[in-house]
Formats: sequence, C-alpha cells, structure tokens
Amino acid sequence: MKIIVPIKQVPETSNVSMDPETGTMIRDGVESIINPLDLYAIEEAVNLKEEHGGEILVISMGPAKAEMAIREAISMGCDDGILLSNKEFAGSDTLATSYALSQAIKKFNPYDLIICGERATDGDTGQVGPGIAAWLDIPFTTYVSNIKEVNENSMIVQRMVETGYEILEIETPCLLTVIKEINYPRLPSMRGKLLAKKKEIKTWGPDDIGAKKDYLGLEGSPTRVVKISKPKVSRGGEILMPKNESELDKAVDGLIEYLQKKEII
Amino acid sequence: MSYKDVWVLSEQEDGKIKLVSYELLTRGRFLADKRNVKLVAIILGKSIDKEGLQELIYRGANKVIVIEDTSLEYFLPEPYANTVASLIQKYNPEIIIASATTTGRTVMPAVAIKCITGLTADCTDLDIEEETGNLIQTRPAIGGNILATIMTPKYRPQMATVRPHSNKPLVPDNSRTGDIIYEKVDKSILKSRIKKLDFKINQEEDANIQDADVVISGGKGLKKEENFQMIRNIAALLDGAVGASREAVDLKWATYPHQVGLSGKTVSPKFYMAVGISGSVQHLAGIKTAENIVAINSDPEAQIFQVADYGIVADLFEVLPVLTKKLEALKQ
Ligand SMILES: Cc1cc2nc3c(=O)[nH]c(=O)nc-3n(C[C@H](O)[C@H](O)[C@H](O)COP(=O)(O)OP(=O)(O)OC[C@H]3O[C@@H](n4cnc5c(N)ncnc54)[C@H](O)[C@@H]3O)c2cc1C
Ligand SMILES: Nc1ncnc2c1ncn2[C@@H]1O[C@H](COP(=O)(O)O)[C@@H](O)[C@H]1O
Repeated sequence: MKIIVPIKQVPETSNVSMDPETGTMIRDGVESIINPLDLYAIEEAVNLKEEHGGEILVISMGPAKAEMAIREAISMGCDDGILLSNKEFAGSDTLATSYALSQAIKKFNPYDLIICGERATDGDTGQVGPGIAAWLDIPFTTYVSNIKEVNENSMIVQRMVETGYEILEIETPCLLTVIKEINYPRLPSMRGKLLAKKKEIKTWGPDDIGAKKDYLGLEGSPTRVVKISKPKVSRGGEILMPKNESELDKAVDGLIEYLQKKEII
Repeated sequence: MSYKDVWVLSEQEDGKIKLVSYELLTRGRFLADKRNVKLVAIILGKSIDKEGLQELIYRGANKVIVIEDTSLEYFLPEPYANTVASLIQKYNPEIIIASATTTGRTVMPAVAIKCITGLTADCTDLDIEEETGNLIQTRPAIGGNILATIMTPKYRPQMATVRPHSNKPLVPDNSRTGDIIYEKVDKSILKSRIKKLDFKINQEEDANIQDADVVISGGKGLKKEENFQMIRNIAALLDGAVGASREAVDLKWATYPHQVGLSGKTVSPKFYMAVGISGSVQHLAGIKTAENIVAINSDPEAQIFQVADYGIVADLFEVLPVLTKKLEALKQ
C-alpha cells in the first residue's frame, strides 16, 4: 500500500498563555509539536504498512521548522517526507492549504490511501482533509474509528456519528480522517530516531507542485481573520464553600433551585 | 454575478427533519431579516415527511427546496456535496449555513472547494456587516483560548457551519406560508464511491453528548470505576447524557464517545455539570459554549470554577449522595 499522511505542526496549547491586552497567543517559548490528532493518522498508516506492506509518505505545509514534525513522523515508522514551505504559501486558509497539499499529492500518484487527523488543534476546522479529497476528486469519509478490512480496490471502515457507528465500504484510492478511538500512537523507536535524523527532507515550493499562484497564500484564501479577542474566562459564577453538613445541604438546595430557575427540572 | 438569499442546509434521518435543522433556521431567519432577503431551506433525502417540510416554513423558512432520490436516503459525502454544490451554482445564494454536525462538517468543506469559496467552521455567532453584507463569523480557536472573527469579503457564497444547540428553534407559527419546491438534479452527480453497509446504534444511549440538553461529566476525582456510576445515576435523573474527562476515558471508566474536550467532543448543552474535573484548557475547550455550567470539586483553585455559573467546593462523595436523594425526591 502507498499511504500519504498530511500532518501539521501546531503550537503546544496545553499551557498556552494569552496576552490580555491584544488577546493573541504568546508564542515566545511555546513549543511546536505534531498536531496531537495527527499522531493517530500516523499510527494507523504504520499499522497498515506493518500488516500489508508498502510505504508511507508524510507531507506538511508550514514554516521551515515543520521539518521537525516530519522527522518525528519518520521516527514513528513513516518512510519519507516532503515539506511545502515558501512565502507564497504563507497565510493560507483551508481552501488554499488543501489546494497546495492536493497539488503535492498528485505528484505521488498512484497512491492507495490518504489519512488525515480529525482536525488541527490550532485552527480546529477539520476542513483540510475533506478539502484535499474534493480537489483530488477521490472518495472520502470522516471520523473513522476503525479500519476493518483492506481489499484489492476498497476498504471497509467504521465511522463515528452522533448516534452510533456507520459501517462503510469505500473505493480506493480514498481519503479518511481518523479519530482518537482508532488506536494508541506509539512512541518513536531508537532505530526510527536514527533513521529520521539521517533522512533528507525535500522542501518544495509552488513551482515544484505546479500550483497556480493565485490559489495560494493570503491571495488564494477567501477567509480573513478580522479580529482576535479573548473569550471571557470567568463567568463570575456563585461559588459556595460549605463548611459543614448543613451548609452542604444548603449548597445542594441552591443547585436544585438553580436547575429549577433555568427550567432544567 | 449577483448573489441573493440566505440558505440553510437542513438534515433528516429516516425522512424526519432533525431538531438541529430547526435551530439552524433561527440563525438563518436572523441573517435573512438583516439582509432583507428570503430564507431558503435545502433538504436532501429519499421520501421526506411532508409535515416536517411544512414545519420548516412554520419555523422560519420562506421557501424549501427538496431533492429526493434513493441515493440521498442517508448521508453519503459525494452525492450530498455534489447536489448542494449544483444547487448553489444554479441559484447563487449569498450565504449558506449548515449545522456543525458530523454531516455538516463533512459535506460543507467539499462544497466549499467545489464552489471555490471560504468556509468558517463551528461558528458560535453570526451577524451581518450592514454596509457590505459580509457575514461576520465568530468562532473559538486554539483550544478555546481565543475567539476569532472571520469574514469572506471577496468571495461568494459565504459559508459557515454553526455549532448545534447554540440557539433555540423558533416557536412554530402556523400562519407563515412559503413554497415547497421539489427539484431534480442530474443523475450523474448522484454516484457514490462509498456504500453504507450497516449502522450500529450506540448501545450506550447516554453517550449522545452532542445532542443532549443536559450533560453530567465525571473526571479523575471519582477515584474508581465503580464510583462513575454515580454520574450515570444523576444523568439519568435529569434525562441527560454522560460525559467524561480524558483522564476518566483513559482509565476506562467511560468509553471514548463520552469524552468531552479538545480531543473528544465539543458539547453545548443547556446544562453542563463537571464533577471531579479540574478544568484543563483542553477540557474547557469542549464546554465553552454550554449555557449553564455547574462544577463540583474539592479544590477551590480548580480552573473549572472560572467557567462555572454555580460551583460547590466540597468532597464529591459528600455532595453527590445528597444531590441524588433530593433529585429522586423531586421525581416522585
Ligand atoms: C493534546 C491534548 C488533548 C487533550 N484533550 C483532552 C480532552 O479532549 N478532554 C479532556 O478532558 N482532557 C484532555 N486532555 C487532558 C487534560 O490536559 C487533562 O489531563 C484532563 O482533562 C484532566 O482530567 P481530570 O480533570 O478528570 O483529572 P485531574 O486533572 O486529575 O482532575 C481531577 C480533579 O478532581 C478533583 N477531586 C479529587 N478528589 C475529589 C473529591 N473527593 N471531591 C471532589 N473533587 C475531587 C481534584 O481537585 C481535581 O481538580 C488533553 C491533553 C492534551 C495534551
Ligand atoms: N499545513 C498542513 N500541512 C499538512 N497537513 C495539514 C495541514 N493543515 C491541516 N492538515 C491536515 O488536515 C487535518 C485537519 O486540519 P484542519 O482542517 O486545519 O483542522 C490535520 O489533522 C492534518 O492531517
């Protein structure tokens, strides 16, 4: 199987701090990591390779340092990586990003499968995966929680929706976005780390992928972020600290009154 | 080219209109009134309940466009995306919004590419800039740490998905009238390279946290798997669903469909209660749009209290039994 995994490098947001004045993220000293939800995509690709043979290509669009993310993916078992990095790509929204990635993926035709993360934890849109599939005109589905079967020209996958799971048969080549339920990502192996260190990662620009420039970057992006603000952190709610049993009882009564006032009971 | 009208993409299941579609009409009505244009509901399916179609009008639509075909019986990305894109190209709406459900978040990105336009995911607020008619789209980003306001100034249509349950359906008004139009699309665009073989309903009924009005969540503070049952009991008493922090899911006290947060689900119920949950940034990212938040935690410094409308700083093992008893008494 030839599998392509698009991954994104994102700021580590678990202890992110915000500038209270501007409402923007303080990026100084913030570490960059592989989008945590892309680790499941990588793991699934490596599992499939282990079972069915083949090769995995990771591809990322971002600044030069996104090369680190590609190396990390290789240390987990991916074979090769391509970085799309160029000032022409800067400022791309999901339309332009999925266009650039799809152009690069075309260079690796024929492939069997593209696996994306469910969404990136920074932009948090989940639009790039379906977007790539639309540009490439290949079948796709989202929220995949299990790959049940891999056949000659199709696969059977399980997709999580609000009320349960769909079992779908999808023709290959196809694109899947996967959710956390699908596996447990492994840690890089020693051997993997060594291989990753030595690997030469190619960097491509718009000309290497035959991209139309007016489809890229800020110019090719229909959406504009016009304002960033800080959500109000504190709701200023009523917080009770009962000191004894009767105070606790009152606090619970207060909760029930609250529920009644809000017409929940 | 001139673009006109506001469209909402309605959803159905087994021919019945889903509640989220009525919620979406409220948003659509607001935008259509501001723009002084018609609100059109689009619905795809096989044989859609006639009363439901009428109710789309009663709840705000001026017009309903129905596309019925066996290949549209249930959601499949290709025929759905192709159909919606072909209707957009035929009628040129100025704005089209969909619910940020698993369906909306799957079909809309593909439609946006086919129409070469912008799409803003998972908006919590939508408004119109009067001079330009630009849709002002507000959404949380970076794990809920910021609110971004996004516009699509130079491209039409403007597209957005809207968080389910972030507003209420309008009360049906039977005096409202409007046209229900059945359209046909070319068979060639209804082909699908995906087949649905089966559907497994989630056996755990209380796992549907995205659709629930009430979500009661438990975290690591519950200490043991057995104790998690207390959360389920309270949820059952309030007819709610059961949520869990990632810690609780990793400890296998609850399955993944219950996980709330950045790497789980985003919920926006009317009432969210967090019990023994610290309120990490990642957890908060999933609950910021809940209408009312109550927290029970023994640590007064726990971050969850910052977002709580009502909080009790106490041992959950003392609070929950009392609460359960009182709720049971009320039920009788
Ligand atoms: C990339 C990434 C994604 C993540 N995604 C998610 C996600 O989607 N959802 C999520 O929830 N987390 C997520 N996390 C994990 C998150 O950072 C926290 O680790 C997690 O939310 C903590 O769960 P918790 O609040 O149950 O546990 P803890 O943080 O351990 O909190 C337990 C709380 O229980 C309280 N407590 C203890 N005993 C009692 C008692 N007797 N009575 C009352 N209170 C008591 C404690 O005071 C404490 O506040 C993610 C992390 C990363 C890095
Ligand atoms: N810049 C990028 N480079 C490579 N892959 C990306 C990029 N942005 C998004 N993706 C992929 O698309 C998925 C969804 O991202 P998003 O639509 O930004 O939430 C991610 O999990 C990645 O698999």
